[in-house]
Amino acid sequence: MKIEAKGVYYKELNEKVREAVKGGEKDIVLDNVNGQYFIGDGIKGKGVSITINGVPGNDMAAFMDGPTIRVNSNAQDNICNTMNSGKVIVEGNAGDVLGYGMRGGRLFVRGNVGYRIGIHMKGHGKLSPVIISGGKAGDFFGEYMAGGVLILLGLNAKNGEAIVGDYLGTGMHGGVIYIRGEVDPENVGKEVGILDPDEKDMKQLRGYLEEYCKDLDLDIEDVMSKPFKKLLPVSARPYGNLYAY
Amino acid sequence: MNHDYQKDIAGCGLTGLISKKKNRLDGSHIKKSLSLMNDRGNGLGAGYAAYGIYPELPEHYAFHVMYDYSSSRMEAEELLKANYEIEKIEEMPTAPVKEITVSPLLMRYFVKPKKDKVRADLSEEDFVVKTIMQINSEVEGAYIFSSGKNMGAFKGVGNPAEIADFFKLEEYEGFTWTGHTRFPTNTPGWWGGAHPFTLLDWSIVHNGEISSYGINKRYLEMFGYKLTLLTDTEVVAYLFDLLLRKHGLDIETACSALAAPFWKDIDKMDEGDREVYTAIRMAYGSALLNGPFSLLFGHKNGLVGINDRIKLRPLVAATKDDMVYMASEESAIREICAEPEHVWSPKAGEPVIVEFDK
Repeated sequence: MKIEAKGVYYKELNEKVREAVKGGEKDIVLDNVNGQYFIGDGIKGKGVSITINGVPGNDMAAFMDGPTIRVNSNAQDNICNTMNSGKVIVEGNAGDVLGYGMRGGRLFVRGNVGYRIGIHMKGHGKLSPVIISGGKAGDFFGEYMAGGVLILLGLNAKNGEAIVGDYLGTGMHGGVIYIRGEVDPENVGKEVGILDPDEKDMKQLRGYLEEYCKDLDLDIEDVMSKPFKKLLPVSARPYGNLYAY
Repeated sequence: MNHDYQKDIAGCGLTGLISKKKNRLDGSHIKKSLSLMNDRGNGLGAGYAAYGIYPELPEHYAFHVMYDYSSSRMEAEELLKANYEIEKIEEMPTAPVKEITVSPLLMRYFVKPKKDKVRADLSEEDFVVKTIMQINSEVEGAYIFSSGKNMGAFKGVGNPAEIADFFKLEEYEGFTWTGHTRFPTNTPGWWGGAHPFTLLDWSIVHNGEISSYGINKRYLEMFGYKLTLLTDTEVVAYLFDLLLRKHGLDIETACSALAAPFWKDIDKMDEGDREVYTAIRMAYGSALLNGPFSLLFGHKNGLVGINDRIKLRPLVAATKDDMVYMASEESAIREICAEPEHVWSPKAGEPVIVEFDK
């Protein structure tokens, strides 16, 4: 089902999308999207696929539970806020504050991502959100992270160029971050350890990246051709005594 | 108590464009770009700055003035007539807009200071700034909200399209435009409080909050600036005037004073840079802008976009041929430039400096 979005106000566009999903539509294409906020927010249902042509506005896929959204261009800020399950694939770059408090599902970005990616991300039991960016990221990557997996590849980085900014994993107390290439310890929060992934880690990492490469038509061996660093919180309850004295 | 209360979440929105070859575009483009971000504002303020719009009188200062009372006008005009050669006095052209039910009286003057007013220790521009500070702080209900040459600010209480239509922006042609839609958080939504904030040729549109307003204000007051517009952004316009015009800094250095690198990053620099940045931070500690911001700074030679040092507000830039665009959202750029050649998000604290082709 095609929905023409040119000049359509976000409330009307999102009503149309929700009605289509409610009516059992499985394949929805939005054409000429430009800047409409809140696309796919709170929609439920496995097997629902939404293709977006044009740049969707902020706060896409918040609280989404099940569907897959593919954006055939760049995307803006605040994608996948508190998303529960499903998948968002962005063919271009994406903006700041992606996956805030995300609790499940996947966010795959081919290009760069902005500042504050995966902050407050969490996971529990089988729910484990995964964000993968093929490009570079700004400061505060994984800040206050509590669960889930963040992977940064820097495939577009020039030789020796840093692929991630400052305050990496600051306040992190759960989950895991994988960075392809080297990590400067000066940019990493004190409560975070920088490790070499072991065999079990690499198997798990390869699993996530195989799915990413399949969705974005990339060669898994190219992606795996460089070593990764693994970042983990080294203290389970870093602020446990904060109010104790 | 109503528990079904719904709030529209928003922040301010800004957009700007510049033709490096100085091709002039009418105001419909910036209106279209800004209107896409309507929901970032709440109708309590919108405005535009445009450069190159008065080619018929390019050497006169164009004063745009808002008056609350007719007595304000009489008093201000008396002061202007005593001090300036006035080439032209006119009401600003406006069109009726249904949603704009009240507006101040809006007048425009093309002026030059009288010859005897300029002295060795008081340049022409100093004299103009002095006049603006005097009228804005001493004449009840009078505000000069635009005072540059061959440029002008247009602003008021309304949403982007309403303010653009009200001021008939489609009838102006400029090579640089900025626009702003406002969601006032800490200060009143009134005509003088809408962005841009200008002084001489400098103009600022800003999304965010200047938490250091108090320090910046007191610092500026030591140099004779008077802060009258009840809005944090006002300090940025005057700080640029102080650093660039009075102290002779270049734009890059001024930006590194306003959004200075953190001390820990200065410590990592090589010796030469470390000395320079240490000196800037020491000299201009009180000019440091703290708090979240993205802002566009327009001036007669170009356009600058800059973020706070930890990127607490969005800013996207794009290029196409000789055009450079900067906005809070990429979609606001694509609304008027569907296929930009290059789109990027500037890094925190690193200015995007655009100048006209030589």
